[in-house]
Amino acid sequence: MQSFEKHRGIIATLDRANVDTDQIIPKQFLKSIARTGFGEALFCDWKYAADGSLDASFELNADRFRGASILIARNNFGCGSSREHAVWAVAQAGFRAVIAPRIEHEDGSVKAFADIFQNNASKNGLVTVELSESEVNEIFNTVTTTPGLEATVDLVTQQVTLHTHEPVIYNFDFDPAIKENILLGRDDIGQTLEHESTITAYEDRIGETTD
Amino acid sequence: MPKTLFEKIWDKHVVDVLPDGTTLLYIDRHLVHEVTSPQAFEGLRLAGRSVRQPGRTLATMDHNVPTDDRHNINDPISKAQIEALEKNCNDFDVTLYGLDSNKQGIVHIIGPEQGATLPGMTIVCGDSHTSTHGAFGTLAFGIGTSEVEHVLATQTLRQKKPRSMKVDFRGALQKGVTSKDMILKLIRELGTAGCTGYVLEYAGDAIRALTMEERMTICNMSIEGGARAGMIAPDDTTFEYVASDDRPYAPRGEALERAIKEWRKLPTDPGARFDRELSINVSDLPPQVSWGTNPGMVADVTGCIPSPDAVTHCSQVDAERALEYMGLTPGTPVTDIAIDTVFLGSCTNARIEDLRRAAAILRDRKVAETVRMLVVPGSERVREQAEAEGLDRIFKNAGAEWRFAGCSMCLAMNPDQLKPGERCASTSNRNFEGRQGKGGRTHLVSPEMATAAAVAGHFVDVREWM
Ligand code: SF4
Repeated sequence: MQSFEKHRGIIATLDRANVDTDQIIPKQFLKSIARTGFGEALFCDWKYAADGSLDASFELNADRFRGASILIARNNFGCGSSREHAVWAVAQAGFRAVIAPRIEHEDGSVKAFADIFQNNASKNGLVTVELSESEVNEIFNTVTTTPGLEATVDLVTQQVTLHTHEPVIYNFDFDPAIKENILLGRDDIGQTLEHESTITAYEDRIGETTD
Repeated sequence: MPKTLFEKIWDKHVVDVLPDGTTLLYIDRHLVHEVTSPQAFEGLRLAGRSVRQPGRTLATMDHNVPTDDRHNINDPISKAQIEALEKNCNDFDVTLYGLDSNKQGIVHIIGPEQGATLPGMTIVCGDSHTSTHGAFGTLAFGIGTSEVEHVLATQTLRQKKPRSMKVDFRGALQKGVTSKDMILKLIRELGTAGCTGYVLEYAGDAIRALTMEERMTICNMSIEGGARAGMIAPDDTTFEYVASDDRPYAPRGEALERAIKEWRKLPTDPGARFDRELSINVSDLPPQVSWGTNPGMVADVTGCIPSPDAVTHCSQVDAERALEYMGLTPGTPVTDIAIDTVFLGSCTNARIEDLRRAAAILRDRKVAETVRMLVVPGSERVREQAEAEGLDRIFKNAGAEWRFAGCSMCLAMNPDQLKPGERCASTSNRNFEGRQGKGGRTHLVSPEMATAAAVAGHFVDVREWM
């Protein structure tokens, strides 16, 4: 997978919560047996009008977001199906990081990203940044009032920087195990197979297959 | 230390704790289908790796398959995906229930049916509704394609231990109210992200009273609340299901006796702790109908379409967008909503019991002239059983279409799709924009509610028909 230490680029807003994987990549694109070619299909049902032209009312089609490589959205991004195609589409459309808010309420917190999406992102070097609701609101406001705004996501220092006149910095938490893999662009399977003797010992212990 | 069902299964499957703190978890059963596996098999080929445990791996095709003429797949890309799975299973020595097999069906229906889903197991599949299998007291969850490849190559997964939540369902359901209504109610209460990061255990007298089919419906939709997995402790109902019928993967005779003895140790110990607990009384629960574009946007059948500022778990703008997409006006009574399509199918509600309950309503009734009703059994075995019981004739006589098994209009990857603006009462699990066809509008309901709507042409409180 592609490694990631630090990335600077245009930040684009998607002002929607619960963006589900059926929207990120509609099912007609799931029929491919390849791992590439999904970028064009990102948010396809929102992006294009019925005649195939770009739908001007969809915010990511705005000129100011052309070439954007950091996406910020609302809570529960990537909910729905387990399709890794959703992560491939986001990454292949040129995004290196997605930011979303964790929501705190009296019974605990609601995570910014759906579990499987976040897991899949971690296998593809797409960085998922969780910030607080107020920080995300603030970034939304700044992006809206600052055309062409760039941001930097730094995984080493775990910081998002908005390159406004006076740079603004937000710190984020990140799972240390995933961090290391993404920093090094490391393949999971190879690593796991280093423990093959332990897997074999486990299999010997539980006996042959259950059937 | 007293342990929960989840902890018992987790602990038993720990192969190793890695230096980075993640757990290497052993996977007892890996289910595979045509959509999320091609890139994983390709990855194995490129790296010169094999499938570590073909005997623990079981494949079928369900998402793409036509449900009318199965051997005539017009879409060349669907066909390529189906052929790829055949080749991959052949090359890597994996058992495949293909289009010619009478064991073919939706992956989450055939696992339990064939006895491949057993209490105490860890089960994964490249599909989020893998949570279905938790109904047997298994730890079952969906994974992405990179993880599919990881399991194929290593029979393990790297996991961080999720948090645990207990949901106590209390009371007794009224006649005509089902486990589908229970889970819709829960997601409505907590929101579609309310359970993210948790493994749920469903407990309480209302759960104990459910059949295995009904339990699978609840666990199936755990993911719609964001949960990693949902599970129900095994009991005599579970063991009877496993012991009944022809389930080639399940133990039999003495081996089954021994297994049941072990399975009886699985339920959560008294005093075991959960990270979160809540309880819901279902005695007064009316049938539930989704009105919006996610499974948390749900109303009582006796209620009305809410005003956008009264919708919880989403912004007012999101609620307005959902209402606009659905073409609904706040204040409209749910029973005034007319539908033109009914889909009875999917891994949520296309088991034999679901079909029986729907057929019981259709006996001596007709599908309304304005409605097209599609009945798609969850597996070929369900279809054969339904035909042996004469259910197909009841559906056909009433004017419904009777199909072969597959996912069909649950996600509309095959030709079964809604047209823009069409409105469907669906027994499936997702009402996302465009899920059943671009511009299509989906209302999630139980099989009983869907069937009654098919007859009336609009939603009705099916309790009045009981
Ligand atoms: S029936 Fe629907 S939810 Fe179930 S596996 Fe098929 S597509 Fe997924």
